[in-house]
Amino acid sequence: MKSTPYLLSLPALLLFAGVVMIPLAMTVILTFHDWGQYKGIEPVFILKNWQEVFGDPYYAEMFGRTFRIALIVTVLAALFGAPEAYILNRMKSPWRGLFLLVILGPLLISVVARTLGWALLFGGNSGLVNKALMSAGLISSPIPFMFTETGMVVALVHVLMPYMVLAVWAALQRLDPQIENAAVALGAGPFTVLRRIVLPQAMPGILSGAVIVFALAASAFATPAIIGGRRLKVASTLAYDEFLNTLNWPLGAVIAVLLLLALVLIVVGANRLVERRYAQVFG
Amino acid sequence: MAFLALDTLTKHFGSHVAVDRLTLEVEKGEFVSLLGPSGCGKTTTLQMIAGFVEPTGGAIRLEGRDLLAVKPAKRGLGIVFQSYALFPHMTVAENVSFGLEMQGIGAPERTRRVGETLELVGLGQFTARFPRQLSGGQQQRVALARALVIRPQILLLDEPLSNLDAKLREEMQIELRQIQRTVGTTTILVTHDQGEAMALSDRIVVMNHGRAEQVGPPHETYERPATPFVASFLGKTNLLNGASVRPERIAFAPTGLAGAVKTRIFQGNHWLYQVDTADGLVTVIRQNTGGDMPEEGAAVHLSWGAP
Repeated sequence: MKSTPYLLSLPALLLFAGVVMIPLAMTVILTFHDWGQYKGIEPVFILKNWQEVFGDPYYAEMFGRTFRIALIVTVLAALFGAPEAYILNRMKSPWRGLFLLVILGPLLISVVARTLGWALLFGGNSGLVNKALMSAGLISSPIPFMFTETGMVVALVHVLMPYMVLAVWAALQRLDPQIENAAVALGAGPFTVLRRIVLPQAMPGILSGAVIVFALAASAFATPAIIGGRRLKVASTLAYDEFLNTLNWPLGAVIAVLLLLALVLIVVGANRLVERRYAQVFG
Repeated sequence: MAFLALDTLTKHFGSHVAVDRLTLEVEKGEFVSLLGPSGCGKTTTLQMIAGFVEPTGGAIRLEGRDLLAVKPAKRGLGIVFQSYALFPHMTVAENVSFGLEMQGIGAPERTRRVGETLELVGLGQFTARFPRQLSGGQQQRVALARALVIRPQILLLDEPLSNLDAKLREEMQIELRQIQRTVGTTTILVTHDQGEAMALSDRIVVMNHGRAEQVGPPHETYERPATPFVASFLGKTNLLNGASVRPERIAFAPTGLAGAVKTRIFQGNHWLYQVDTADGLVTVIRQNTGGDMPEEGAAVHLSWGAP
């Protein structure tokens, strides 16, 4: 029967509509409702919340910070993660498995637990990280980590690095095992082999890893909430505060919807770019 | 003095001896095949010449110079890998041009030589394609062009035809031989395919357990195998009264070794027989001349001349 495939996909479709589409639509509708300290939420259609978010530079600063942090985290994750994946890929049998576990192990631990660990390491002027850096003579006075973008970036890079390593590693596994030898035989030095042969083939992996890391960093909640607290907010913690502290749900909804829209645009755009660039070469 | 000389070349992997005191001299322009079953040390030998594997002992000399003292990137050898190892992110022309770029050759000459070499392998019109847009045979030609364009002193071929289907492999054998004759590059081929080795080489080195069992021209090696291993690896053979007798040398005759035909297989240009005799199973190959041949179960007599 022609309709069978559609009927078979109906349960999944209903679930998707029920848990994703409907709440999303309700959130979008919520952004147009009015809210007051004493009257609560009023189901009317106004643009006040949108005007407030677009008009007040405070919100622009929040979004600017969110995407600045996400960008720095992505670049750092690529800078550290790609070489890490390359080294991992060149390791011999027992070591490779061991170090893969070391890299992926943190994924098994809750983000909250890991970030709290960072908070303990950073903690104030007498934190372990600062003590170590000072006794190593690298810095003369403690670097403020808690409630700063620096601390947030450090913790986020750590939390999100495995995704970059995995994406790059997957790309490197598709490399012909003889390809580096082929380049060497043609007279290429080790640096040229990396730059001209390995890096271009790892690039699709780096870019797809970057998309994942960027999306997760921009929408991360637990890490900014613990490291940044109430003093240094990003879009996700701001939305949370509007919802649960100020109880201004419509304003929180605007922030959430804006974050979602921006992320979808960036991710889809980046994917389109990657696909167009590499479809011909790698397929 | 030989052009390329391997002198008691040895490679151990732990306690395993991959190549055992291999000594071989190759003349300039010669096409030599290293032939043997997998694990016989032929690929390890090739990789030591290329510089990807460090020998445990012995020496490799090219025109009298110690090749082991030269870094792999500076040896200037052309290599065609079994998997081709083409650069997938570069076009055909960029792949072939890469080695010239590494030699610091200017763009105009690069373009000229890349074009020339791609013409030589019959890929003149595919310069702008990416490797994955080519067939296996075409990729193979790109790999060959990429190795030849740098005008290597030695061309190393590592099972270059093993990924092609049978018909294409035969075509490429003929073409490879012609190209090698045209450019005159000294070539070392590693293969487990005795037909390929015999079709292409000036000389064959039959290897087993890391040692060269026999070195000689294909016809001579086939006709006068030095050891039972060479006889059995290089084509089919029968051991009769301790002597190796090729199946095509045995004829059905009125008298001789008596036996019964166990199986008979028709293979177009020849018949393949297995005959049960007092000396065990004997393989016989007879040309198909269109006439009647003994059928399965028939009683026959086999005769053969002195080997």
